[in-house]
Amino acid sequence: MEQTPSVSTTILGADEVILNMGPQHPSTHGVLRVKLKLDGEKVISSECIIGYLHRGVEKIGETRTYAQFAPYVDRTDYVAAVSNGLGYCEAVEKLLGAEAPPRARWVRTILTELQRIASHLLWLGTHALDIGAMTPVFYCFREREEILKIFEKYCGARLTTHAFRIGGLLYETYDGFEEDVKKFCHDFLSRVDEYEELLTENRIWIQRTRGVGILTADDAIAMGASGPVLRGSGVKWDIRRAFPYAAYDQFEFDIPVGENGDTYDRYLVRMQEMRQSHRIVLQAIDSIPSGPIAARIGKVLKPPPGEVYHSIEAPKGELGYYIVSDGSTQPYRLRIRPPSFVNLQVLDQMIRGLLIADVVAVIGTLDIVLGEVDR
Amino acid sequence: MADEQQKKPEQKPAPTPAGEQKAAPPKPPARPAPPKPEPLDNELIRRLRARFSEAIGEATLDRKQAIVVVQPSRFLDVCDYLRTEEKFDFLTDLTAVDWYGREKRFDLILNLYSFSHNQRLRLKVPLGEDTHCPSVAGLWGTANWLERECFDMFGIVFDGHPDLRRILLPDGWKGHPLRKDYDILQQDVAWVKENLGIESGQ
Repeated sequence: MEQTPSVSTTILGADEVILNMGPQHPSTHGVLRVKLKLDGEKVISSECIIGYLHRGVEKIGETRTYAQFAPYVDRTDYVAAVSNGLGYCEAVEKLLGAEAPPRARWVRTILTELQRIASHLLWLGTHALDIGAMTPVFYCFREREEILKIFEKYCGARLTTHAFRIGGLLYETYDGFEEDVKKFCHDFLSRVDEYEELLTENRIWIQRTRGVGILTADDAIAMGASGPVLRGSGVKWDIRRAFPYAAYDQFEFDIPVGENGDTYDRYLVRMQEMRQSHRIVLQAIDSIPSGPIAARIGKVLKPPPGEVYHSIEAPKGELGYYIVSDGSTQPYRLRIRPPSFVNLQVLDQMIRGLLIADVVAVIGTLDIVLGEVDR
Repeated sequence: MADEQQKKPEQKPAPTPAGEQKAAPPKPPARPAPPKPEPLDNELIRRLRARFSEAIGEATLDRKQAIVVVQPSRFLDVCDYLRTEEKFDFLTDLTAVDWYGREKRFDLILNLYSFSHNQRLRLKVPLGEDTHCPSVAGLWGTANWLERECFDMFGIVFDGHPDLRRILLPDGWKGHPLRKDYDILQQDVAWVKENLGIESGQ
Protein backbone atom coordinates (compact mmCIF):
# COMPACT_ATOMS: atom_id res chain seq x y z
CA MET A 1 0.00 0.00 0.00
CA GLU A 2 1.26 3.40 -0.97
CA GLN A 3 2.09 5.56 2.01
CA THR A 4 2.61 9.29 1.92
CA PRO A 5 3.91 11.77 4.45
CA SER A 6 1.38 14.01 6.12
CA VAL A 7 0.15 17.01 4.19
CA SER A 8 1.61 19.55 6.57
CA THR A 9 5.19 18.38 6.06
CA THR A 10 5.19 18.28 2.27
CA ILE A 11 6.69 21.09 0.23
CA LEU A 12 4.21 22.89 -1.98
CA GLY A 13 4.68 23.37 -5.72
CA ALA A 14 4.12 26.76 -7.36
CA ASP A 15 0.45 26.05 -8.24
CA GLU A 16 -0.39 24.15 -5.11
CA VAL A 17 -2.37 25.31 -2.16
CA ILE A 18 -3.45 23.85 1.18
CA LEU A 19 -7.12 24.13 2.00
CA ASN A 20 -8.54 23.41 5.39
CA MET A 21 -11.99 21.82 5.40
CA GLY A 22 -13.71 21.57 8.76
CA PRO A 23 -13.94 20.98 11.66
CA GLN A 24 -16.88 23.37 11.40
CA HIS A 25 -18.17 22.52 7.98
CA PRO A 26 -21.69 21.24 7.30
CA SER A 27 -20.60 18.57 4.86
CA THR A 28 -18.11 16.91 7.19
CA HIS A 29 -20.95 15.53 9.33
CA GLY A 30 -19.57 16.64 12.65
CA VAL A 31 -16.12 17.65 13.68
CA LEU A 32 -14.00 16.10 10.97
CA ARG A 33 -11.19 18.24 9.69
CA VAL A 34 -9.62 17.44 6.34
CA LYS A 35 -6.49 19.16 5.13
CA LEU A 36 -6.50 19.14 1.36
CA LYS A 37 -3.48 19.73 -0.80
CA LEU A 38 -4.86 21.16 -4.01
CA ASP A 39 -3.72 21.96 -7.50
CA GLY A 40 -6.42 24.38 -8.58
CA GLU A 41 -9.53 22.53 -7.61
CA LYS A 42 -7.96 19.08 -7.92
CA VAL A 43 -7.06 17.13 -4.78
CA ILE A 44 -3.47 15.93 -4.76
CA SER A 45 -3.45 14.49 -1.27
CA SER A 46 -5.28 14.86 1.98
CA GLU A 47 -4.99 14.28 5.66
CA CYS A 48 -7.75 13.69 8.19
CA ILE A 49 -7.40 15.34 11.56
CA ILE A 50 -9.68 13.70 14.09
CA GLY A 51 -10.10 13.48 17.82
CA TYR A 52 -12.15 16.61 18.47
CA LEU A 53 -14.86 14.47 20.00
CA HIS A 54 -12.57 12.13 21.92
CA ARG A 55 -14.08 11.36 25.31
CA GLY A 56 -11.96 8.42 26.34
CA VAL A 57 -14.84 5.95 26.25
CA GLU A 58 -12.50 2.96 26.46
CA LYS A 59 -10.87 4.36 29.59
CA ILE A 60 -14.26 5.11 31.14
CA GLY A 61 -15.15 1.48 30.48
CA GLU A 62 -12.42 0.33 32.84
CA THR A 63 -13.96 2.24 35.74
CA ARG A 64 -17.61 1.23 35.31
CA THR A 65 -19.33 -2.06 35.92
CA TYR A 66 -20.48 -4.03 32.91
CA ALA A 67 -24.07 -2.86 33.30
CA GLN A 68 -23.11 0.74 34.01
CA PHE A 69 -21.13 0.99 30.81
CA ALA A 70 -24.02 -0.04 28.54
CA PRO A 71 -25.48 3.48 28.14
CA TYR A 72 -22.08 4.81 27.10
CA VAL A 73 -21.99 2.71 23.94
CA ASP A 74 -25.16 4.45 22.72
CA ARG A 75 -23.10 7.61 22.49
CA THR A 76 -20.44 6.27 20.16
CA ASP A 77 -22.48 5.91 16.97
CA TYR A 78 -25.30 8.07 18.23
CA VAL A 79 -27.52 7.65 15.19
CA ALA A 80 -27.54 3.87 15.62
CA ALA A 81 -27.67 3.45 19.38
CA VAL A 82 -29.71 0.27 19.27
CA SER A 83 -27.07 -1.50 17.17
CA ASN A 84 -24.30 -0.41 19.52
CA GLY A 85 -26.25 -1.73 22.46
CA LEU A 86 -26.83 -5.07 20.76
CA GLY A 87 -23.12 -5.52 20.07
CA TYR A 88 -22.11 -4.64 23.60
CA CYS A 89 -24.76 -6.75 25.34
CA GLU A 90 -23.96 -9.78 23.20
CA ALA A 91 -20.24 -9.37 23.80
CA VAL A 92 -20.73 -9.36 27.57
CA GLU A 93 -23.14 -12.28 27.30
CA LYS A 94 -20.49 -14.23 25.42
CA LEU A 95 -17.99 -13.31 28.11
CA LEU A 96 -20.37 -14.58 30.78
CA GLY A 97 -21.25 -17.71 28.81
CA ALA A 98 -24.92 -16.71 28.82
CA GLU A 99 -27.41 -16.38 26.02
CA ALA A 100 -30.49 -14.24 25.66
CA PRO A 101 -33.78 -16.19 25.40
CA PRO A 102 -35.42 -16.50 21.97
CA ARG A 103 -38.06 -13.85 22.54
CA ALA A 104 -35.39 -11.31 23.44
CA ARG A 105 -33.34 -12.25 20.38
CA TRP A 106 -36.33 -11.76 18.11
CA VAL A 107 -37.20 -8.35 19.54
CA ARG A 108 -33.54 -7.37 19.37
CA THR A 109 -33.40 -8.33 15.71
CA ILE A 110 -36.51 -6.31 14.88
CA LEU A 111 -35.34 -3.19 16.69
CA THR A 112 -31.82 -3.44 15.29
CA GLU A 113 -33.09 -3.75 11.73
CA LEU A 114 -35.39 -0.77 12.26
CA GLN A 115 -32.34 1.08 13.52
CA ARG A 116 -30.43 0.14 10.40
CA ILE A 117 -33.22 1.61 8.30
CA ALA A 118 -33.24 4.77 10.42
CA SER A 119 -29.48 5.13 10.14
CA HIS A 120 -29.54 4.60 6.39
CA LEU A 121 -32.36 7.12 6.05
CA LEU A 122 -30.32 9.72 7.88
CA TRP A 123 -27.38 8.89 5.65
CA LEU A 124 -29.48 9.16 2.49
CA GLY A 125 -31.03 12.46 3.47
CA THR A 126 -27.80 14.17 4.43
CA HIS A 127 -25.80 12.63 1.59
CA ALA A 128 -28.30 13.91 -0.95
CA LEU A 129 -28.40 17.27 0.79
CA ASP A 130 -24.61 17.54 0.59
CA ILE A 131 -24.72 16.90 -3.13
CA GLY A 132 -27.46 19.45 -3.63
CA ALA A 133 -30.74 17.53 -3.64
CA MET A 134 -32.91 19.25 -1.07
CA THR A 135 -36.04 17.13 -1.22
CA PRO A 136 -34.98 13.63 -0.08
CA VAL A 137 -33.99 14.75 3.40
CA PHE A 138 -37.58 15.70 4.22
CA TYR A 139 -38.92 12.40 2.98
CA CYS A 140 -36.23 10.46 4.86
CA PHE A 141 -36.91 12.22 8.12
CA ARG A 142 -40.61 11.52 7.72
CA GLU A 143 -39.97 7.75 7.79
CA ARG A 144 -37.20 7.97 10.35
CA GLU A 145 -39.62 9.72 12.65
CA GLU A 146 -41.95 6.71 12.52
CA ILE A 147 -39.11 4.44 13.62
CA LEU A 148 -38.04 6.76 16.41
CA LYS A 149 -41.63 6.84 17.62
CA ILE A 150 -41.57 3.05 17.89
CA PHE A 151 -38.34 3.29 19.90
CA GLU A 152 -39.83 5.96 22.10
CA LYS A 153 -42.90 3.87 22.80
CA TYR A 154 -40.76 0.83 23.48
CA CYS A 155 -38.12 2.26 25.81
CA GLY A 156 -38.85 5.93 26.28
CA ALA A 157 -35.92 7.30 24.29
CA ARG A 158 -35.52 8.16 20.65
CA LEU A 159 -31.82 8.59 20.08
CA THR A 160 -29.68 7.19 22.88
CA THR A 161 -32.08 4.41 23.61
CA HIS A 162 -30.31 1.93 25.89
CA ALA A 163 -32.94 -0.48 24.60
CA PHE A 164 -31.30 -3.77 25.60
CA ARG A 165 -29.82 -5.13 28.78
CA ILE A 166 -27.11 -7.70 29.28
CA GLY A 167 -28.89 -11.05 29.24
CA GLY A 168 -31.91 -9.94 27.25
CA LEU A 169 -34.41 -7.12 27.54
CA LEU A 170 -35.66 -4.97 30.36
CA TYR A 171 -38.98 -4.08 28.78
CA GLU A 172 -41.61 -6.36 27.34
CA THR A 173 -42.96 -5.08 24.02
CA TYR A 174 -45.76 -2.59 24.49
CA ASP A 175 -49.37 -3.23 23.47
CA GLY A 176 -49.63 -2.56 19.77
CA PHE A 177 -45.91 -3.01 19.06
CA GLU A 178 -46.56 -5.53 16.31
CA GLU A 179 -49.23 -3.31 14.74
CA ASP A 180 -46.96 -0.27 14.78
CA VAL A 181 -44.10 -2.15 13.15
CA LYS A 182 -46.41 -3.70 10.57
CA LYS A 183 -47.94 -0.34 9.79
CA PHE A 184 -44.49 1.09 9.23
CA CYS A 185 -43.52 -1.86 7.04
CA HIS A 186 -46.74 -1.64 5.05
CA ASP A 187 -45.85 1.81 3.75
CA PHE A 188 -42.11 1.61 3.76
CA LEU A 189 -41.32 -0.08 0.45
CA SER A 190 -43.36 2.42 -1.54
CA ARG A 191 -41.48 5.16 0.29
CA VAL A 192 -38.14 3.68 -0.79
CA ASP A 193 -39.51 3.66 -4.32
CA GLU A 194 -40.21 7.36 -3.85
CA TYR A 195 -36.59 8.09 -2.90
CA GLU A 196 -35.34 6.03 -5.78
CA GLU A 197 -37.63 7.88 -8.14
CA LEU A 198 -35.99 11.10 -7.02
CA LEU A 199 -32.42 9.91 -7.29
CA THR A 200 -31.64 6.61 -8.97
CA GLU A 201 -32.14 7.79 -12.52
CA ASN A 202 -31.66 11.46 -11.85
CA ARG A 203 -29.05 12.74 -14.31
CA ILE A 204 -27.44 15.15 -11.88
CA TRP A 205 -27.28 12.49 -9.17
CA ILE A 206 -25.66 10.03 -11.55
CA GLN A 207 -23.14 12.60 -12.75
CA ARG A 208 -22.19 13.51 -9.21
CA THR A 209 -21.84 9.94 -7.94
CA ARG A 210 -21.00 7.52 -10.75
CA GLY A 211 -17.26 6.96 -11.06
CA VAL A 212 -16.61 9.15 -8.01
CA GLY A 213 -14.55 7.80 -5.13
CA ILE A 214 -13.80 4.39 -6.60
CA LEU A 215 -12.55 1.75 -4.20
CA THR A 216 -11.54 -1.61 -5.62
CA ALA A 217 -12.35 -4.80 -3.78
CA ASP A 218 -8.68 -5.54 -3.08
CA ASP A 219 -8.08 -2.07 -1.66
CA ALA A 220 -11.23 -2.25 0.43
CA ILE A 221 -10.04 -5.51 2.01
CA ALA A 222 -6.49 -4.26 2.50
CA MET A 223 -7.76 -1.09 4.18
CA GLY A 224 -10.12 -3.00 6.45
CA ALA A 225 -13.29 -1.40 5.09
CA SER A 226 -16.49 -3.08 6.17
CA GLY A 227 -20.22 -2.74 5.84
CA PRO A 228 -21.75 -1.05 2.78
CA VAL A 229 -18.34 0.40 1.84
CA LEU A 230 -16.93 -3.10 1.44
CA ARG A 231 -20.04 -4.48 -0.22
CA GLY A 232 -20.22 -1.53 -2.60
CA SER A 233 -16.85 -2.71 -3.89
CA GLY A 234 -18.30 -6.11 -4.69
CA VAL A 235 -17.25 -8.17 -1.67
CA LYS A 236 -20.21 -10.22 -0.57
CA TRP A 237 -19.59 -10.28 3.15
CA ASP A 238 -22.02 -9.61 5.93
CA ILE A 239 -21.46 -10.59 9.57
CA ARG A 240 -25.15 -11.42 9.87
CA ARG A 241 -24.35 -14.30 7.51
CA ALA A 242 -20.71 -15.04 8.31
CA PHE A 243 -21.18 -15.24 12.10
CA PRO A 244 -24.92 -15.09 12.74
CA TYR A 245 -25.94 -13.44 16.00
CA ALA A 246 -29.26 -12.47 17.60
CA ALA A 247 -31.85 -14.34 15.48
CA TYR A 248 -30.44 -13.68 12.02
CA ASP A 249 -29.92 -17.35 11.25
CA GLN A 250 -33.72 -17.71 11.22
CA PHE A 251 -34.50 -15.26 8.45
CA GLU A 252 -34.02 -15.05 4.74
CA PHE A 253 -32.33 -12.03 3.28
CA ASP A 254 -29.97 -11.17 0.44
CA ILE A 255 -26.64 -9.41 0.65
CA PRO A 256 -26.64 -6.66 -1.98
CA VAL A 257 -23.27 -5.89 -3.56
CA GLY A 258 -22.01 -3.26 -5.97
CA GLU A 259 -19.83 -3.71 -9.04
CA ASN A 260 -17.64 -0.68 -9.50
CA GLY A 261 -17.08 0.41 -5.93
CA ASP A 262 -18.06 3.99 -6.67
CA THR A 263 -20.34 6.34 -4.77
CA TYR A 264 -23.32 5.39 -6.93
CA ASP A 265 -22.88 1.69 -6.17
CA ARG A 266 -22.64 2.33 -2.44
CA TYR A 267 -25.87 4.33 -2.78
CA LEU A 268 -27.57 1.40 -4.51
CA VAL A 269 -26.26 -1.06 -1.92
CA ARG A 270 -27.67 0.95 0.98
CA MET A 271 -31.01 1.37 -0.78
CA GLN A 272 -31.18 -2.40 -1.26
CA GLU A 273 -30.15 -2.96 2.35
CA MET A 274 -33.14 -0.96 3.53
CA ARG A 275 -35.39 -3.23 1.50
CA GLN A 276 -33.68 -6.30 2.95
CA SER A 277 -34.01 -4.96 6.49
CA HIS A 278 -37.69 -4.46 5.80
CA ARG A 279 -37.85 -8.09 4.69
CA ILE A 280 -36.19 -9.29 7.90
CA VAL A 281 -38.48 -7.21 10.08
CA LEU A 282 -41.56 -8.58 8.34
CA GLN A 283 -40.40 -12.17 8.85
CA ALA A 284 -39.49 -11.56 12.47
CA ILE A 285 -42.59 -9.64 13.54
CA ASP A 286 -44.88 -12.54 12.65
CA SER A 287 -42.86 -15.14 14.49
CA ILE A 288 -41.86 -13.59 17.83
CA PRO A 289 -41.78 -16.57 20.20
CA SER A 290 -43.33 -16.29 23.63
CA GLY A 291 -41.36 -16.85 26.80
CA PRO A 292 -39.03 -14.98 29.12
CA ILE A 293 -37.30 -11.83 27.88
CA ALA A 294 -34.14 -12.07 29.97
CA ALA A 295 -31.73 -14.82 30.94
CA ARG A 296 -30.93 -15.42 34.59
CA ILE A 297 -27.52 -13.95 34.97
CA GLY A 298 -27.72 -12.40 38.42
CA LYS A 299 -27.56 -8.80 39.51
CA VAL A 300 -23.79 -8.56 39.97
CA LEU A 301 -21.95 -9.46 36.80
CA LYS A 302 -18.56 -11.05 37.34
CA PRO A 303 -17.50 -12.71 34.11
CA PRO A 304 -14.89 -15.42 34.59
CA PRO A 305 -11.37 -14.32 33.60
CA GLY A 306 -10.79 -14.43 29.89
CA GLU A 307 -11.45 -12.39 26.81
CA VAL A 308 -13.88 -12.17 23.97
CA TYR A 309 -14.18 -10.41 20.63
CA HIS A 310 -17.70 -10.06 19.37
CA SER A 311 -18.75 -8.06 16.37
CA ILE A 312 -22.01 -7.26 14.68
CA GLU A 313 -22.98 -5.85 11.32
CA ALA A 314 -23.83 -2.31 12.40
CA PRO A 315 -25.30 0.07 9.81
CA LYS A 316 -21.81 1.51 9.25
CA GLY A 317 -19.89 -1.75 9.12
CA GLU A 318 -18.21 -4.16 11.50
CA LEU A 319 -18.72 -2.96 15.04
CA GLY A 320 -16.65 -5.08 17.40
CA TYR A 321 -16.17 -5.21 21.14
CA TYR A 322 -13.04 -6.77 22.56
CA ILE A 323 -13.44 -7.20 26.30
CA VAL A 324 -10.88 -8.61 28.72
CA SER A 325 -12.17 -9.73 32.09
CA ASP A 326 -10.02 -10.25 35.18
CA GLY A 327 -12.92 -11.78 37.09
CA SER A 328 -13.98 -8.54 38.76
CA THR A 329 -17.13 -6.50 38.23
CA GLN A 330 -15.44 -4.10 35.82
CA PRO A 331 -13.82 -4.83 32.47
CA TYR A 332 -10.04 -4.93 32.63
CA ARG A 333 -9.89 -3.66 29.10
CA LEU A 334 -12.71 -2.66 26.82
CA ARG A 335 -11.95 -2.00 23.21
CA ILE A 336 -14.48 -0.77 20.68
CA ARG A 337 -13.64 -1.54 17.07
CA PRO A 338 -15.33 1.36 15.34
CA PRO A 339 -16.40 0.86 11.72
CA SER A 340 -16.40 4.61 11.01
CA PHE A 341 -12.81 5.07 12.16
CA VAL A 342 -11.49 2.29 9.96
CA ASN A 343 -13.66 3.25 6.98
CA LEU A 344 -12.59 6.89 7.19
CA GLN A 345 -9.02 5.81 6.60
CA VAL A 346 -9.74 5.09 2.93
CA LEU A 347 -10.88 8.67 2.33
CA ASP A 348 -7.43 9.88 1.27
CA GLN A 349 -7.11 7.11 -1.28
CA MET A 350 -10.58 7.71 -2.67
CA ILE A 351 -10.43 11.47 -3.16
CA ARG A 352 -7.04 11.78 -4.86
CA GLY A 353 -7.46 13.32 -8.28
CA LEU A 354 -11.04 14.40 -7.63
CA LEU A 355 -12.46 17.90 -7.23
CA ILE A 356 -13.38 19.55 -3.94
CA ALA A 357 -17.09 19.09 -4.63
CA ASP A 358 -16.45 15.35 -4.94
CA VAL A 359 -14.76 15.29 -1.55
CA VAL A 360 -18.11 16.25 -0.08
CA ALA A 361 -19.77 13.37 -1.96
CA VAL A 362 -17.14 10.87 -0.81
CA ILE A 363 -17.33 11.91 2.86
CA GLY A 364 -21.07 11.43 2.58
CA THR A 365 -20.82 8.02 0.97
CA LEU A 366 -18.51 6.70 3.69
CA ASP A 367 -21.29 7.36 6.20
CA ILE A 368 -19.17 8.22 9.20
CA VAL A 369 -20.26 9.38 12.61
CA LEU A 370 -17.62 11.33 14.43
CA GLY A 371 -18.80 10.21 17.83
CA GLU A 372 -17.68 6.76 16.80
CA VAL A 373 -14.51 7.83 15.01
CA ASP A 374 -13.23 9.70 18.05
CA ARG A 375 -14.93 7.74 20.82
CA MET B 1 -31.11 3.25 41.40
CA ALA B 2 -33.61 4.82 43.78
CA ASP B 3 -36.32 2.51 42.52
CA GLU B 4 -34.24 -0.59 43.08
CA GLN B 5 -33.44 0.39 46.63
CA GLN B 6 -37.07 0.97 47.35
CA LYS B 7 -38.12 -2.35 45.91
CA LYS B 8 -35.63 -4.49 47.77
CA PRO B 9 -37.11 -4.36 51.29
CA GLU B 10 -40.56 -5.10 49.86
CA GLN B 11 -39.38 -8.17 48.03
CA LYS B 12 -37.41 -9.79 50.83
CA PRO B 13 -40.18 -10.71 53.28
CA ALA B 14 -42.40 -12.03 50.50
CA PRO B 15 -42.35 -15.83 50.39
CA THR B 16 -42.32 -16.03 46.58
CA PRO B 17 -38.56 -16.72 46.05
CA ALA B 18 -38.65 -19.92 48.11
CA GLY B 19 -41.86 -21.04 46.45
CA GLU B 20 -40.42 -20.32 43.05
CA GLN B 21 -37.38 -22.45 43.70
CA LYS B 22 -39.52 -25.45 44.50
CA ALA B 23 -41.90 -24.93 41.64
CA ALA B 24 -39.25 -24.23 39.00
CA PRO B 25 -36.58 -26.92 38.89
CA PRO B 26 -35.09 -26.05 35.46
CA LYS B 27 -32.75 -23.48 36.97
CA PRO B 28 -29.41 -25.11 36.11
CA PRO B 29 -29.79 -24.91 32.30
CA ALA B 30 -30.43 -21.17 32.59
CA ARG B 31 -26.94 -20.74 34.06
CA PRO B 32 -24.44 -22.80 32.10
CA ALA B 33 -20.97 -23.54 33.38
CA PRO B 34 -18.62 -20.56 33.10
CA PRO B 35 -16.47 -20.68 29.97
CA LYS B 36 -12.89 -21.78 30.46
CA PRO B 37 -9.93 -21.30 28.14
CA GLU B 38 -8.55 -24.60 26.89
CA PRO B 39 -5.44 -25.47 24.87
CA LEU B 40 -5.86 -25.37 21.13
CA ASP B 41 -4.24 -27.75 18.68
CA ASN B 42 -5.36 -27.75 15.08
CA GLU B 43 -3.85 -27.92 11.59
CA LEU B 44 -3.13 -24.21 11.45
CA ILE B 45 -1.34 -24.14 14.79
CA ARG B 46 0.72 -27.19 13.81
CA ARG B 47 1.75 -25.56 10.54
CA LEU B 48 2.71 -22.40 12.41
CA ARG B 49 4.75 -24.34 14.96
CA ALA B 50 6.51 -26.32 12.25
CA ARG B 51 7.50 -23.14 10.44
CA PHE B 52 8.29 -20.77 13.29
CA SER B 53 9.00 -23.27 16.13
CA GLU B 54 9.74 -21.37 19.34
CA ALA B 55 8.36 -18.05 18.12
CA ILE B 56 4.87 -19.51 18.47
CA GLY B 57 3.87 -19.60 22.10
CA GLU B 58 0.79 -20.89 23.78
CA ALA B 59 -2.34 -21.46 21.68
CA THR B 60 -5.70 -21.40 23.43
CA LEU B 61 -9.37 -21.60 22.66
CA ASP B 62 -11.27 -19.12 24.80
CA ARG B 63 -15.04 -18.89 24.31
CA LYS B 64 -14.63 -20.71 20.99
CA GLN B 65 -12.13 -18.10 19.81
CA ALA B 66 -8.63 -19.07 18.70
CA ILE B 67 -5.76 -17.17 20.31
CA VAL B 68 -2.07 -17.61 19.53
CA VAL B 69 0.83 -16.01 21.35
CA VAL B 70 3.60 -14.85 19.00
CA GLN B 71 7.00 -13.63 20.13
CA PRO B 72 7.94 -10.18 18.80
CA SER B 73 11.21 -11.46 17.29
CA ARG B 74 9.46 -13.17 14.37
CA PHE B 75 6.16 -11.34 14.57
CA LEU B 76 6.45 -9.75 11.15
CA ASP B 77 7.33 -13.07 9.46
CA VAL B 78 4.38 -14.78 11.12
CA CYS B 79 2.05 -12.00 9.97
CA ASP B 80 3.38 -12.15 6.44
CA TYR B 81 2.93 -15.92 6.36
CA LEU B 82 -0.60 -15.71 7.77
CA ARG B 83 -1.60 -13.07 5.26
CA THR B 84 -0.15 -14.61 2.12
CA GLU B 85 -0.20 -18.39 2.75
CA GLU B 86 -3.08 -18.80 5.16
CA LYS B 87 -5.21 -16.09 3.54
CA PHE B 88 -5.85 -14.01 6.65
CA ASP B 89 -6.23 -11.02 4.39
CA PHE B 90 -8.38 -8.83 6.64
CA LEU B 91 -6.98 -7.13 9.72
CA THR B 92 -10.11 -6.52 11.74
CA ASP B 93 -8.57 -4.82 14.71
CA LEU B 94 -5.28 -3.96 16.30
CA THR B 95 -5.07 -2.90 19.90
CA ALA B 96 -3.23 -3.56 23.15
CA VAL B 97 -3.79 -4.51 26.77
CA ASP B 98 -1.69 -3.16 29.60
CA TRP B 99 -0.93 -5.88 32.16
CA TYR B 100 0.62 -3.46 34.61
CA GLY B 101 3.01 -5.24 36.95
CA ARG B 102 3.68 -8.17 34.62
CA GLU B 103 7.24 -8.70 33.42
CA LYS B 104 6.22 -8.29 29.77
CA ARG B 105 3.90 -5.44 30.40
CA PHE B 106 1.86 -5.14 27.19
CA ASP B 107 -0.01 -7.53 24.98
CA LEU B 108 -0.41 -6.35 21.42
CA ILE B 109 -3.65 -7.80 20.07
CA LEU B 110 -4.37 -8.44 16.40
CA ASN B 111 -7.73 -9.75 15.29
CA LEU B 112 -7.38 -11.34 11.88
CA TYR B 113 -10.07 -12.61 9.59
CA SER B 114 -9.92 -14.81 6.53
CA PHE B 115 -12.64 -14.35 3.92
CA SER B 116 -11.90 -17.63 2.18
CA HIS B 117 -12.02 -19.74 5.36
CA ASN B 118 -14.55 -17.55 7.25
CA GLN B 119 -12.31 -17.87 10.24
CA ARG B 120 -10.97 -15.51 12.85
CA LEU B 121 -7.61 -15.69 14.59
CA ARG B 122 -6.28 -13.55 17.39
CA LEU B 123 -2.56 -12.91 17.74
CA LYS B 124 -1.08 -11.81 21.03
CA VAL B 125 2.38 -10.32 21.11
CA PRO B 126 3.88 -9.83 24.57
CA LEU B 127 5.94 -6.62 24.73
CA GLY B 128 8.25 -5.40 27.47
CA GLU B 129 8.72 -1.89 28.90
CA ASP B 130 10.77 -0.69 25.92
CA THR B 131 7.56 -1.21 23.86
CA HIS B 132 9.10 -1.50 20.43
CA CYS B 133 7.33 -3.63 17.90
CA PRO B 134 7.60 -3.99 14.12
CA SER B 135 4.81 -2.29 12.21
CA VAL B 136 2.41 -4.34 10.10
CA ALA B 137 1.21 -1.30 8.14
CA GLY B 138 3.08 -2.63 5.12
CA LEU B 139 1.03 -5.83 5.17
CA TRP B 140 -2.42 -4.51 6.00
CA GLY B 141 -3.19 -0.88 5.20
CA THR B 142 -5.71 -0.87 8.05
CA ALA B 143 -2.86 -0.97 10.52
CA ASN B 144 -1.77 2.57 9.68
CA TRP B 145 -4.35 4.37 11.80
CA LEU B 146 -4.85 1.52 14.23
CA GLU B 147 -1.16 1.55 15.11
CA ARG B 148 -1.26 5.31 15.46
CA GLU B 149 -4.11 4.96 17.89
CA CYS B 150 -2.25 2.25 19.77
CA PHE B 151 0.82 4.49 20.00
CA ASP B 152 -1.38 7.35 21.15
CA MET B 153 -3.12 5.37 23.87
CA PHE B 154 -0.37 2.98 25.02
CA GLY B 155 2.90 4.46 23.85
CA ILE B 156 3.85 1.37 21.88
CA VAL B 157 6.35 2.37 19.18
CA PHE B 158 5.85 0.65 15.84
CA ASP B 159 9.17 0.45 14.03
CA GLY B 160 8.80 1.03 10.31
CA HIS B 161 5.44 2.80 10.54
CA PRO B 162 5.19 5.44 7.78
CA ASP B 163 3.76 8.23 9.91
CA LEU B 164 3.70 7.46 13.62
CA ARG B 165 2.00 10.43 15.29
CA ARG B 166 -0.77 10.85 17.79
CA ILE B 167 -4.18 10.54 16.17
CA LEU B 168 -6.97 11.14 18.68
CA LEU B 169 -5.16 13.31 21.22
CA PRO B 170 -3.49 16.64 20.47
CA ASP B 171 0.19 16.58 19.54
CA GLY B 172 1.37 18.16 22.78
CA TRP B 173 -0.34 15.62 25.01
CA LYS B 174 1.75 14.02 27.74
CA GLY B 175 1.42 10.37 28.62
CA HIS B 176 -0.65 7.55 27.21
CA PRO B 177 -4.15 7.37 28.69
CA LEU B 178 -4.94 3.67 28.39
CA ARG B 179 -1.91 2.69 30.43
CA LYS B 180 -2.96 1.56 33.87
CA ASP B 181 -0.59 3.97 35.64
CA TYR B 182 -1.82 7.03 33.75
CA ASP B 183 -2.96 9.78 36.09
CA ILE B 184 -5.45 12.20 34.59
CA LEU B 185 -5.55 14.40 37.71
CA GLN B 186 -1.82 15.08 37.67
CA GLN B 187 -2.05 16.09 34.05
CA ASP B 188 -4.91 18.48 34.80
CA VAL B 189 -2.96 20.15 37.61
CA ALA B 190 0.10 20.57 35.39
CA TRP B 191 -1.98 22.06 32.59
CA VAL B 192 -3.72 24.54 34.88
CA LYS B 193 -0.40 25.62 36.40
CA GLU B 194 1.22 26.10 33.03
CA ASN B 195 -1.64 27.79 31.19
CA LEU B 196 -3.51 29.66 33.90
CA GLY B 197 -0.62 30.30 36.29
CA ILE B 198 -2.58 29.18 39.38
CA GLU B 199 -2.59 26.19 41.67
CA SER B 200 -5.27 23.76 40.59
CA GLY B 201 -8.50 23.83 42.48
CA GLN B 202 -8.82 20.05 42.30
